[in-house]
Amino acid sequence: MPPLPIPEHPPVAWYLILSAILFGLGVAGFLFRRNIITVFMSIELMLNAVNLSFIAFSYQLKQVSGHIFTFFVMVVAAAEAAVGLAIILTIYKNKSTLEVDEINSLNN
Amino acid sequence: MDFIVLSLIKAGLIAFVLLTTLAYLQWVERKVLAHIQLRPGPRRVGPHGLLQPLADVIKLLTKEGYVPSHVNKPFYFLAPFLGVVLALLAISVIPFGPEIEIAGVKTQMGMTDLSVGLLFILGLTSVGVYGVALGGWASNNKYALLGGLRSSAQMISYELPMALALASPLLLANTLSFREIVGTQEGFYFGFLPRWAIFQMPFPQVVAFILYVITAFAETNRVPFDLPEAENELVAGFHTEYSSLKFAAFFMAEYANMITVTSIATLLFLGGWHPPFPRELGSDFIPPLLFAAGGAVMLFHGVTQPRGKWDNITLPVFGLIFLGIAALFAGCAVLPMLEPVRQILLPVFWFAGKTGILLFLFIWVRGTLPRFRYDQLMRFAWTFLFPVAVVNLLATSFFVAVFSN
Amino acid sequence: MDSLFFLAFAAIAVACGINLVIQTHPITSALSLIGVMGSLAVLYLLLGAEFIAMVQLVVYAGAIMVLFVFVIMLLNAGAEKRVARPWKPYLVGAPLLVIFVGVASCILHDMLGDSDPVIFGSFTQGGAREIGRSLFTEYLLPFEVTSVLILIAILGAMVLARKEF
Repeated sequence: MPPLPIPEHPPVAWYLILSAILFGLGVAGFLFRRNIITVFMSIELMLNAVNLSFIAFSYQLKQVSGHIFTFFVMVVAAAEAAVGLAIILTIYKNKSTLEVDEINSLNN
Repeated sequence: MDFIVLSLIKAGLIAFVLLTTLAYLQWVERKVLAHIQLRPGPRRVGPHGLLQPLADVIKLLTKEGYVPSHVNKPFYFLAPFLGVVLALLAISVIPFGPEIEIAGVKTQMGMTDLSVGLLFILGLTSVGVYGVALGGWASNNKYALLGGLRSSAQMISYELPMALALASPLLLANTLSFREIVGTQEGFYFGFLPRWAIFQMPFPQVVAFILYVITAFAETNRVPFDLPEAENELVAGFHTEYSSLKFAAFFMAEYANMITVTSIATLLFLGGWHPPFPRELGSDFIPPLLFAAGGAVMLFHGVTQPRGKWDNITLPVFGLIFLGIAALFAGCAVLPMLEPVRQILLPVFWFAGKTGILLFLFIWVRGTLPRFRYDQLMRFAWTFLFPVAVVNLLATSFFVAVFSN
Repeated sequence: MDSLFFLAFAAIAVACGINLVIQTHPITSALSLIGVMGSLAVLYLLLGAEFIAMVQLVVYAGAIMVLFVFVIMLLNAGAEKRVARPWKPYLVGAPLLVIFVGVASCILHDMLGDSDPVIFGSFTQGGAREIGRSLFTEYLLPFEVTSVLILIAILGAMVLARKEF
């Protein structure tokens, strides 16, 4: 097999760049999408991207703390999903819409 | 490269055995259900309907794969694929025997051994719900959608008591790798009582075992928890709009899930491949006796009172095959030169036997119990199973903390 | 070999992430997010985080996303309506976002150009045992606080889901 033009083992920096790209995608989804559930999912994508960088740093520093922090992020995400989806259900019950632009009772 | 070749051979073997078992499990289920209901069951294709699975496979393969016009096509095709892949993937981390040596090659019986094997299985079962939920949603049919919704709510609710029930034997075993979990259940108390988790000191896990079996019924969508496909309420539930191969995929996924959950029950609670009483008391002679008894019954029936057209030929043939297997096991038990064969055959026999008994329980319950109502199902999970599982976990951790150092 | 695995799963993650952003139907986005989570779990395994990879599967893909899919199916949420939103901010925002990610990547690459290569299997501290040990000794207080947080979340969800609202 001819040698590949890439290193055999990916450096930690690659993982961080992937994390940055995913975070950027999450931000884009958060800003561009109008469905409130998709907006919520974009937040989850950002959390996931941050988790990846925690694990990568944990590898670089040979410590387990990054894993613990990721664990806590997951717990918080679970709690956030439970409350957030309950809020979305309530909004839908009251306004029968999921478009963020139409949920503007506090505007004006 | 040796590793890859070995893995490929093992994967091929396990896939072949698993798929055959899946096909014949369905035959066994139809037969047992029929006998529970005083019917003969399938018996047209082959002796006693033994070729029925083959006929079913041919039927499902050659049937027209009808795609309704109103479905959401990509997800409609993705759902059965997802279901069957995730169900079959789980088998890869389940060991069914100790480490063995064939022709100088040391290998483990089972595809691989993850250090987090149990968590892997839990992850796969929790992701497996997407097959059902998506299938129900993509069908664009109210019955299918209701089936998918019911399934996802049911799986989330029953996953909690299941995880808690699985956690308490883990406290005794102190590891997440299946091979090590089985290793901690080796040996006997007082020379005859096995150290299986359901008998293990300081706190026998009988309650956890019962809880696990109940939640396993719910996780595999079997009677009495088959709400997602309740045929007299929802036509056929989530797979109403599926036919031919796509239907077969859902079907295979259900049976593969059954095999996975029963294997996990065997590994975690029933001591895996360890015999139920020690070798010194003659546990090696159980398999030859069982096979010999089965063979003798078949020979007797075939020769003296054949009921069907071909019974006077097929029954004696099967009887002789069973007697041959019995002779092989007897040889293993007696002759020291067959020791390598014994080390392969007996663990597989005990593992398959325990799993088979649990599978029979699944079929038996299906033939006996009526279905839950949906509110009963939810109330049962949250107000009964969940508290009992928590109390059991607390009691186990208390006893483990007090009595072990 | 490791690099190929990384590139393959990174490509899947990025493709699914882009799909999440461009699709208008929430269930497609949800499935793309599950794809991202699955490939991230594989990347965690490559980084030696076995336990976190499995928790990612169980908690994120298996519980949180099932909840999302359940809500989408329950509300029968359809695709977004095509309404005229002011489009000029996109002209500025989208390139800015790309530039931000590009600059961040360049800075990361420069700063960590000499970072360790990730060799599969060289980091062995990510098992359930090590994580459990440090979770229940060093990080006991945060762990207990999260349990209170979850309790609050349960109460909040129950209050919100009551019939009166």
